[in-house]
Amino acid sequence: MADAGYDDWVAAIADGEGYYLACPDGHGSLPPRRSCPHCASDELTEEPLAETGEIVTFTEVHVPAPSFADEAPYVTAIASFGSVRLTGVVRDVPRSDVELGMAVTPDVDVNATTGEQVLVFRPVDE
Amino acid sequence: MNDVRIAGVGLTKFGRYPERTGRDLFAEAALAARDEAGISRGDYDEVHYGNFMGELAEGQGHQGPVVAEAAGLDCPATRYESACASAGVAFRQAVQTIRGGGADVVLVGGMERMNNLGTSEVTRSLAIAADELFEVRAGVTFPGAYALMARAYFDEFGGDNEDLAHIAVKNHANAMTNEYAQFHREITVEDALESPVVADPLTLYDACPITDGASAVVLVSGDYADENGLDAPVRVAGSGQGGDKAALQDREYLAQTPAATKAAEMAYADAAITPDDVDVAEVHDCFTIAEVLALESLGFYEPGEGIGAAARGETTRDGDRPVNLSGGLKAKGHPVGATGTAQVVEMTKLLRGDHANSDAVPDARVGVTHNAGGTVASAVVHVLEVMN
Ligand SMILES: [Zn+2]
Repeated sequence: MADAGYDDWVAAIADGEGYYLACPDGHGSLPPRRSCPHCASDELTEEPLAETGEIVTFTEVHVPAPSFADEAPYVTAIASFGSVRLTGVVRDVPRSDVELGMAVTPDVDVNATTGEQVLVFRPVDE
Repeated sequence: MNDVRIAGVGLTKFGRYPERTGRDLFAEAALAARDEAGISRGDYDEVHYGNFMGELAEGQGHQGPVVAEAAGLDCPATRYESACASAGVAFRQAVQTIRGGGADVVLVGGMERMNNLGTSEVTRSLAIAADELFEVRAGVTFPGAYALMARAYFDEFGGDNEDLAHIAVKNHANAMTNEYAQFHREITVEDALESPVVADPLTLYDACPITDGASAVVLVSGDYADENGLDAPVRVAGSGQGGDKAALQDREYLAQTPAATKAAEMAYADAAITPDDVDVAEVHDCFTIAEVLALESLGFYEPGEGIGAAARGETTRDGDRPVNLSGGLKAKGHPVGATGTAQVVEMTKLLRGDHANSDAVPDARVGVTHNAGGTVASAVVHVLEVMN
């Protein structure tokens, strides 16, 4: 089953053409959305998502929900991309190397448990 | 505006009852509250009821009428769902209804049945309190979400796992004398620090248990209490509710809970008190870090300073302002949809002087309850006061 708006956004990230929604005041948000959650403006435009974000907090989950049973333990992080933040699973880097402020790029990968798409962060070589 | 008084309270012992139906759990708490209130059946105007995961746990939606019937009442009944703040919201709605003259007698309470599900199903069910598209699909569990907040707190303000461990130790110690608590087991800081990681930096002893149970309160208008000569010495002096963005990623703060700050400010203004007037508090410590965020939102501490409160002995039973004398969610247990009114039950007893831990606060006149939903996208605060 499709989730209009959200699935399109995930597909765009998978294609390396990630975007976010911006209002005239510069607030960022993610689709599906009809008005800015910060100021309620309905003049939302799609703007290119920054290629690199920075981890602002993370956790290594040891007790997963069933939909992540085969992934545990895994690291989930919130990363800042300018005016918008994303939450994703950190891939391609050992837990011991994950740290606050780490530069990551968003991508889409497969959830090993469900076979569904999952937003992931991969480290950026600096 | 009509005054709101507490005429009766009831609880089940919190614990593991995988075989007991939700309606039976609620009936036990509700009948205890009704018995204490001594109000005839026909005088009940409404039932307000909190429940979070009834569809997932029992395949039962539309629980209002089901539990009203179990409580022996024949009146309009409505379920409120606000994740872990479900019963707190139900309570606030009951208070507003009585204040507005829409009812004189309301049974308000909550119930959650969780242990009939396995650990992974409970984890899945609790996670639906988070944002499904942007958090759950990215692997965020309920403990995981609080772990994200805990790391952000440590990064912004400092503090560490040992500070959190002192909160767990305190709440376990408080639960020892509470016959309704799920755990009667003292723990040490070392026990907490050595317990298995659930979602780092949080360990098993930072987390509340999986709990079944129910709670209920009979609320009456001041007029009804006076006309019927009820013994209802505790009044609801203030009520407040605040909200925030559902997903952590969309919040202005990752290490503060402004929804609870707003709820507290509203409740304090409503009761015409300040944080300094509060003698004792029951706060939503679903995780140890949540107690820290609660203390700061309630204005007991500035942001960043609540983390050491338990370690410094300020919130322990011998401290200036004991917090979670019931044992808190951490040790008393957290039947999600029952918690908000369970806090009111505990606080009412503490203020009446008939709680097992009332001796820790013999002169208490003002108590606060703080009930949070999800990662505090919802928050409800109430001020209870002993009548003169
Ligand atoms: Zn805006």
